[in-house]
Amino acid sequence: MSTLTREETEALIQEVLEVYPEKAKKDRAKHLAVNDQAVEQSKKCITSNRKSLPGVMTIRGCAYAGSKGVVWGPIKDMIHISHGPVGCGQYSRAGRRNYYVGTTGIDTFGTMNFTSDFQEKDIVFGGDKKLAKLINEVEMLFPLHKGISVQSECPIGLIGDDIEAVSKKAAKEINKPIVPVRCEGFRGVSQSLGHHIANDAIRDWVLDKRDGQQFESTPYDVSIIGDYNIGGDAWASRILIEEMGLRVVSQWSGDGTLAEMEKTPKVKLNLLHCYRSMNYISRHMEEKYGIPWLEYNFFGPTKIAESLRAIAAFFDDKIKEGAERVIAKYQPMMDAVIAKYKPRLQGKTVMLYVGGLRPRHVIGAYEDLAMEVIGTGYEFGHGDDYDRTIKEMGNATLLYDDANGFELEEFVKRLKPDLVGSGIKEKYVFQKMGIPLRQMHSWDYSGPYHGYDGFAIFARDMDMAISNPCWSKQTPPWLKKPEVEVELKKAA
Amino acid sequence: MAKLRQAAIYGKGGIGKSTTTQNLVAALAESGKKVMIVGCDPKADSTRLILHSKAQNSVMELAAEAGSVEDLELEDVLSVGYGGIKCVESGGPEPGVGCAGRGVITAINFLEEEGAYTDDLDFVFYDVLGDVVCGGFAMPIRENKAQEIYIVCSGEMMAMYAANNIAKGIVKYANSGGVRLAGLICNSRNTDREDELIMALAEKLGTQMIHFIPRHNAVQHAEIRRMTVIEYDPTHKQADEYRALARKIVENKKFVIPTPITMDELEALLMEFGIMDVEDTSIIGKTAAELAAA
Repeated sequence: MSTLTREETEALIQEVLEVYPEKAKKDRAKHLAVNDQAVEQSKKCITSNRKSLPGVMTIRGCAYAGSKGVVWGPIKDMIHISHGPVGCGQYSRAGRRNYYVGTTGIDTFGTMNFTSDFQEKDIVFGGDKKLAKLINEVEMLFPLHKGISVQSECPIGLIGDDIEAVSKKAAKEINKPIVPVRCEGFRGVSQSLGHHIANDAIRDWVLDKRDGQQFESTPYDVSIIGDYNIGGDAWASRILIEEMGLRVVSQWSGDGTLAEMEKTPKVKLNLLHCYRSMNYISRHMEEKYGIPWLEYNFFGPTKIAESLRAIAAFFDDKIKEGAERVIAKYQPMMDAVIAKYKPRLQGKTVMLYVGGLRPRHVIGAYEDLAMEVIGTGYEFGHGDDYDRTIKEMGNATLLYDDANGFELEEFVKRLKPDLVGSGIKEKYVFQKMGIPLRQMHSWDYSGPYHGYDGFAIFARDMDMAISNPCWSKQTPPWLKKPEVEVELKKAA
Repeated sequence: MAKLRQAAIYGKGGIGKSTTTQNLVAALAESGKKVMIVGCDPKADSTRLILHSKAQNSVMELAAEAGSVEDLELEDVLSVGYGGIKCVESGGPEPGVGCAGRGVITAINFLEEEGAYTDDLDFVFYDVLGDVVCGGFAMPIRENKAQEIYIVCSGEMMAMYAANNIAKGIVKYANSGGVRLAGLICNSRNTDREDELIMALAEKLGTQMIHFIPRHNAVQHAEIRRMTVIEYDPTHKQADEYRALARKIVENKKFVIPTPITMDELEALLMEFGIMDVEDTSIIGKTAAELAAA
């Protein structure tokens, strides 16, 4: 149920579209929809994965962000070179809070920035020689790294540098894998193509490295794919998988290693959390190695229990019992969390605008707290994301694809949610409007939010945001007329 | 003192832009004008006849050696040759790597920042790579740079195609900046009625054929010695042709926004002068076997 009726929501969309010029209106109208659970395919109601309109404040990133920032960056024992001018790497450095275990600068490199720092002369004369030199320096300074990825920034594609040739030659010299990734920022309409390009690079340069090699497998080998360990998410997830009796052979890419990636084709089942960014490689492994993959959702006890049972269904009774045991073990803890926070959060409404899997995956966690998501949307989702979202969202709720600053502000003004879940660019806009906001990309420097441990933190954080006393103290003194008059009267 | 005039020379590759430019500039210098040549071609062969050198050290080459253009001084890149002509080559990468267009942009920005455009100069000539393949090679005609453009062409079909295409490019920059087409320079290839043809083309483009340079071996004789005709044999009649061109450019007042013509119009013109045959549409897309059978 939404706070508005279907007709009211439709009227709201029309009202927001009103300010656009004709062409923009026509384009944006296709990206805004009122949810109807009866619709089978999302393409009938919402368009996605299209070029953003020039002139609007889109919240999207670029292909480089999708490859270096999301998929490759968290592989901790590799060195990821931001190949091109310094900014792309430096201003995205360590920003995504992919936690990892290791000694940074010795055997792990996650929060460091390696860049070829292109200058004019590198643009004019090409940067291949510089890249080769950089790889040699990296090998000398950080000998314990396990491999290198070359993440192309825009100029590499513009001037046509042959990073593949450099990578092949240098890989032979240092006897470690070097993966060239053609994720130039101008490619595609958002970071989404960067995920795909990065997946393809893993397919072409990593996955087949241990084909035919001996591997001591067990019937319970799985991999966790598409968990970026933001604030420790993957750790909170992995313990549950292991507790139910499965063996996690590899974990991508949060706190992940190159060796784990290489071993993934040996597992029995791929567990896919972020469908958007890693479905490509999961499908590839299904085709080439016959490994099935399963999407799961570890946000909130309801979805976690559902997911644990769905995972267990792939295995024998031992694992099925294990799943039940895990669910039963954590249930009292979850009951306590819900008993504490539900009375304070019950009936509160939420609007989400994030990327990846969260616009649909976190809905269940809010519902566990009896909160209601009344609007959601993806920065860079595709039709298959919306297909999966329609069923999760209530009827007559609002869907917005590649929403921009203006649209979000107008929707929030009218729907007046009790909480907005979005990113840093939105945070202060909405907080200044008097609406609590939690960042749902970085968990607002908190987390983990995945798993049972994560849900306890999630519930606490949402309560902290919504129940903060500051929101009732937002009226500035000059608008508190009655009080002033009271004081004046007293003085008189 | 007269205001500095900046001119860019465009034209199809191999048409003789660099040779014509250097002879023209030499003639201007001979008449007492202060001139600078800026070569905008990674081949860096725009100043060799003035400097008697094989290829001048280019801005980008020196910048790469020094680290960046910021590490260069103007005197590192500026050479003075015949008649006090100042010479600069932008330079760029070898074929197949990097971005030559960016090299031109960087080099010209450097010249501006370092104050190469001194008050005593009467003319700056940009000798630009044959095809305007990207934004970098349009740099010389952007705002505050060359205001007049001369297109070197001949009576050959491809040279005229290229001239018309360049005119199209000029229209874009003419509307946003102040650049104007100042004339066609016909560098003769001894084709039939070449002068009439180029005059007809010039008229259609809304401009003029500013000068017809006849073909003469003296140009090659001078070039072997890495000299201009003006310097090698000042009494030769070919030298007078360049002097005439120089005088016409000094006196030129006809600066226009060109009116490029369509492909059909251009082909009609070529047919009129017998350079192109009337198209036989019945044979298009037919193989030799099909034609034999027909």
